[in-house]
Formats: sequence, structure tokens, C-alpha cells
Amino acid sequence: MGLTNRSTGSRTAAGEKLVREEGDILIALAGNPNVGKSTVFNCLTGLKQHTGNWTGKTVTNAFGECRRDSKKYVIADLPGTYSLAAHSEEEAVARDFICFGGADSVVIVCDATCLERNLNLVLQTLEITRAAAVCVNLIDEAERRGVKVDLSTLSKRLGVPVIATDARRGKGVGAVLDSVGKDGGDKPFKVEYPDPLASALDKLEPSLKECKLPSRWLALKLLEGNEELLAKINEHEGVKLAALPNVASALEASRSSLKEHGLDDDGLADLIVGGLIKTASDIYAECVDAPNDCYDARSRKIDRFITGRVTGTLIMLAALLVILWLTITGANYPSELLSRGLMWLGEVFNGWLVALGTPELIRSALIDGVWRVLAWVTAVMLPPMAIFFPLFTLLEDAGFLPRIAFNLDGVFKRCNACGKQALTMCMGFGCNAAGVVGCRIIDSPREKFIAILTNNFVPCNGRFPMMIALISMFFVVFSGVLGSLISAAVLTAVIVFGIIMTFAMSKFLSATVLKGTPSKFTLELPPYRKPQFLRVIVRSIFDRTLFVFSRAAAVAAPAGLIIWLMANVTVMDTTLLAFCSEALDPFARLFGMDGVILMAFILGMPANEIVLPLIAMAYMSNATLTEVTDLAAMQTLFTANGWTAITALCVIVFSLMHWPCTTTLLTVKKETGSLKWTAVAFLLPTVCGLVCCFVIANIARLFGL
Amino acid sequence: MGTVLTMSDLTQGQSATVTQVNIGGAIRRRLQDIGLVVGTKVECVARGMFADPAAYLIRGALIALRKDEASLISVKS
Repeated sequence: MGLTNRSTGSRTAAGEKLVREEGDILIALAGNPNVGKSTVFNCLTGLKQHTGNWTGKTVTNAFGECRRDSKKYVIADLPGTYSLAAHSEEEAVARDFICFGGADSVVIVCDATCLERNLNLVLQTLEITRAAAVCVNLIDEAERRGVKVDLSTLSKRLGVPVIATDARRGKGVGAVLDSVGKDGGDKPFKVEYPDPLASALDKLEPSLKECKLPSRWLALKLLEGNEELLAKINEHEGVKLAALPNVASALEASRSSLKEHGLDDDGLADLIVGGLIKTASDIYAECVDAPNDCYDARSRKIDRFITGRVTGTLIMLAALLVILWLTITGANYPSELLSRGLMWLGEVFNGWLVALGTPELIRSALIDGVWRVLAWVTAVMLPPMAIFFPLFTLLEDAGFLPRIAFNLDGVFKRCNACGKQALTMCMGFGCNAAGVVGCRIIDSPREKFIAILTNNFVPCNGRFPMMIALISMFFVVFSGVLGSLISAAVLTAVIVFGIIMTFAMSKFLSATVLKGTPSKFTLELPPYRKPQFLRVIVRSIFDRTLFVFSRAAAVAAPAGLIIWLMANVTVMDTTLLAFCSEALDPFARLFGMDGVILMAFILGMPANEIVLPLIAMAYMSNATLTEVTDLAAMQTLFTANGWTAITALCVIVFSLMHWPCTTTLLTVKKETGSLKWTAVAFLLPTVCGLVCCFVIANIARLFGL
Repeated sequence: MGTVLTMSDLTQGQSATVTQVNIGGAIRRRLQDIGLVVGTKVECVARGMFADPAAYLIRGALIALRKDEASLISVKS
């Protein structure tokens, strides 16, 4: 689901709630990862659910609705899986929904250019339910590569409706809905399993004819003996199947016949997969006409550069640099405009309040407190976000991210972690909470925890703008293009440092509290696809930018109020603000910062976006009032309060490595289910940050800086 | 008569046919699910930055596999 309202915070764990009313038609969308399933879902429901061009993006069930011909449909978007054998949580979720979810139809979405492999899942699904349909998506790509699919033959062979779609352009998707309840052919479908499995199944099947679920599939599952699944089946059927007398005896007979042939669990699995592959292969040969090498030549050429030994790192660094540079330059002017505009608006509101005769206290609280911080957050945070998210989403859509995971896997493996952590790291760039949720794509619990705990070492969009501002103020003397290039380069260096720390901490964790061996790693690299520019931009703005921004604003308003209260409430001659910052000051000085900065970080725990405005506001209330309308004025304000370049450096480093925001912490708690690990998530970056700042501050002192 | 290698021996652009899959457990099933069984034709498309993992074309899809697993899959060119 990527970064959306639903995927972060306290609503993540259980996924969406299915709301199904009387008369609603429930359709489940299943399919291999990366076949465009979520595109079909978006097309049907019109929900702007985020899709990304890499394996395993949908990590929670999502539900949506749509209406057609006066019928109401509820659509469930299942996680992408290669099979229903349930090796991972996602696969188990998909399998359980198909088996027990009570859908009126299961629509299996397939990639027309990769049909043979997709048929594996189709066949496994058809063994469970006949109420299904096959959606052959990406039909435009197939045509481009000369792949021809004979839909009617396929439909006859499978016994279910088969619809060709081009979900990106919305073609054929309506027909998917119309297919519910229709039959595809008269021949009932059956997978050809090799002997001795076939004869074992024939022995067992008759005793299961009375069951709700298909007898042949039940026989297969009983032979496989997966306890977890069998428990669920027994619950669904309302009886313990293996305990029924005729089932028990038939099962015993079947099992012994398999044992006679020397088949263990692996051997049995081989036969099952063999049967599925052979049947899929036969059907494919009958229905699809494809040239010998139909893999996308263009993707191949691009990959030569992106995954090349030397060119790979260069391209990744360059991509990061370019995105940051575009974000910095692009955000400059809009930030200034917004800042001026909102200040002006603030004065207008001020005028109204004065005219209405509002008490001074309330007026000051609203304008000097709430509005000021809100204006700050908007002006400084919104423009960079609005540029970064679309750029990043474009890269995602194009299929760039799996290549990053591919390139970095070697390093992650050396840290005893999983290459997929590169993907969750990238998600953390947008929002650390979303990155934590994204760690579900990592199967091994140990590696998942490592990824979750180190996600905060990558700065999220709430922290960028502060770093950019500080870099521009204290480290860049040039203006214009050269200035912004240097800013981008310094920020890239900071982020690379964060990435190196991620590696180091992953290695540390896997050597201490999360010991273990690297898990098996397979990752699909989908072909590069041209991103749908307009859709990406619109979706990024609404789905991501506005969402993250509104969350920040929701925190900024009360935070501004609190700071105002602290600056205006006096306790024994000093304001609360001065009291707290003075109390924290000696401690903070050890790390190259001061009490105000540390207090701002603490108050900024709900949202990193407000740290910089809080610092500025705190300084302003301690001294005479100066209107800070741009960075130059802010720099003057900070320098007047004792800031040097070293202070700025320490603040940047601490911003990179400090406790996660409350949303992230809540998400970590939900995903790990443990307070202990949440505490580790809190302490790990904090300790690293403090240590680094300590070192920097004291080395600087040694040199008399 | 083709030479016997493992999948991890394939160089960029080299193709081969799978003769044996010497891996057990869950990873075996996962590899089978993506179509990697005896008789499948595979092609090494990219070797990556550290030569590990490498990307292989399997039944129309590009899959990245680490040397740990690829070295247990025997192929014949």
C-alpha cells in the first residue's frame, strides 16, 4: 500500500475491515506480484491506492467498492503471491481468503507476457473454487512483444471466463465484473498429477465428497499434512476431517501407498509442483503463441547500466543527487512565496481578531503560537515534499527500486541482513512509518526486525527540509545554481552516511541481539515500464504529500500552542521555556547543541517537521521580536543565539540519528508486537546520534572551533 | 554432450538447462513456484555489482538469486 493514510500509524496491523452488506457481490483479486493487480483494483474501485512496480508492494488487504448496472461489488485486493503454498505471511493471507473468505468470485490477474508461470497460481486457485475468472492483463505489452493469447481456448481449457485487459488504460476491466457467475466451459477442470500421487488421491477423494470445499483439493491437503492449514479447514468444515472413520482409513491407505514409493515431504511436494507445471505447460502450449525470446529487449539494455559493476553505484548516487537537487531548487521559490503569503494572511487574521476585540492572551496564542508554527511548517515543509514524492514515485513506477535492492544485496548479505531491506530503506525516505510497514515483505523475522530497527537511519521527508535549510544557512556560501548543487551534494553525503550507518547497525544487530544466518533471497526484477506521469503526479500529491503534510499540520498547531504557553507562562520569574531549556542546556552542550535545540527535538517527537520552527520560535520569544521571513534572517537569529557551523553540523547529524517520531514508534510496536523492541528502536538511533555529536563537538573544541 | 555446471557458474548472456535442483525445504518450493524445475531453460542476464546475486531469466521473468542457492542448481549448457 505504500505511504497512505491507512498504511501507517495505529491502523496497520489488521488491515482493512471488510464491510459487506446483504446483496453485495464480493470479488477477490489474486495474482502473482507485479502483474498489475493493484492497477486493476484501482481501475475498478477508483481508489487512489498506491501501486509500485516491484514485487510484494501490497502488504495488507485492501477493500474497495464499485457499482455497475445497479449492482454493488466489494473488491478485495489480495497480496501478490506466486503460489498458495504459503511460504510467507502474504501468501498465507491470500490463500486463507481464497479458501475461507466466501468470495462470490476469485479473479486471478495474470501478466500476458508471462502466462506460463502465472498459470501455476491459476491452477491452484481453480482447484479450490470454480467460481473464478482469469484476467489476462498487460495485453498491450504482450502485443508489443508479439505474444498472442487465444482467449477462448484458454477459457474452454480452464472452465472459467477469461478476459483480456489493459488496466493502465482501463480497457476490459468492466468485463471482469460482468464475468461473475458465468461459466467458462463444460469440461470440469482437473490438474494432471503424476502417479503415485494420482492414485493416492483417487483413493482418498471419495470419502470427502460431502464436504463444502472441493474433495480433490481436500485430499491433496490431507496428504500434504500442513497442520496449520488443516486446523483452519477443520474449523471451516465444522468437523475434524482426519478423525472421521472413512476418511481416516482412506488417508492411512493413501499415505502408505506413497511411502511404498519412497516419497517423503519433499518428494511429495515435487510431484505436486510437477503436476502443476506440466498442466500449466500443456495449457500454455495450446493457447499461447510467443516468439522464442520475448523478454523485453529495452529492459535488458537499461539493466546493463543500472546493475553493472561500476555503473550501478554511480547511477544510484547520481539518481539520489539529482532528486535532491531538483527538490532543493524546485522548492526554493514556492517556499518563499508561501512564507510571505502566509505571513500576510497571519496579519489579516490578526487584524480580524483585534477588530473583534479578542482578549490579548487568546489573540497572541492563536497568532503568535498556532499560526506562526503552522505557517512555518507549510512554507518550509510542503514544497520539498510536493517535489520529492512525485519524483520518487516516478522512479518506483518505472521499476528502478528492485534494481537498487539487487545492487545492494551483496552488502546487506555481508551484514547478515536481507537485500529487500534496500527497498524498505527507500520507503523510509518518504516516511519512516511506511518503511516499517513495508518490512513485511521480508520473510525472515530476524531480518525483518533488523530492517525495522534500522529504518530510522534514513531521513524521512519530515527531516529533509530542516537539513536542507541548515545546510543552506551554514555550509553554502554561493547562491544560485552552484549553491543549490553544493547543498544537494552535502545532503547526499549526509544521506550516504545514514545508509552506511544502516549497514553498520544491521551488522551490529545481527552480531548481538538478532543473531542468525542470512535467509534465502529471491527477488523478481520486473521489466521497466514507462511511468504514467500524470497519474503519478496526481496520486503523489493527494495520496502522499497532502497526507504527510496534514499529519504534520495536525501536530504543528498544538505544538505551536504549547511553545507559546511555555514562552508566556512564568514560574518563579522565568518562563517555562527558559526554565526547560536552561535545565537541558548543560547536557546538550556536551553534544554541540544547546538546551533550546534539545527541547525542540523532544517536543518534535510527534512530527519531525516542527523541530526547526520550534527552535526559531523559542529563540524569538527569548529575545526581542524579529520577523523571520527567510533563511538569511533565520541565520542571523541563530548566530545571535550562539550557533556556529559546528552547531549546525551537530544538529544535522542528530536530526539524522535520533529517536523515531511517535507515529513510527507506534508502528514499530504494532509490527513487532513488543515493547522491548520498540525501546530498542528508540534507543539505537539516539545513542548513535549522541555518540557522533559528542565526537564532533569535542574534536571541534580541541581544534578551538 | 554439454558441460555440467551450476547456475552460479553462468556468465552474463550464457544460457543453460536445469538438470538437478539440490536444495530442500521451503526455498525449493519457492523456486519451483517461479518455474525453476528440471528441464527449465535459464539465462544469466546480469551478474550484479559483487557478482552476487545474479539475475536469471526463468520462464519469461527476471529473477535475482544469490550464489548460495544458484550454486546448488546443476545445469547443462
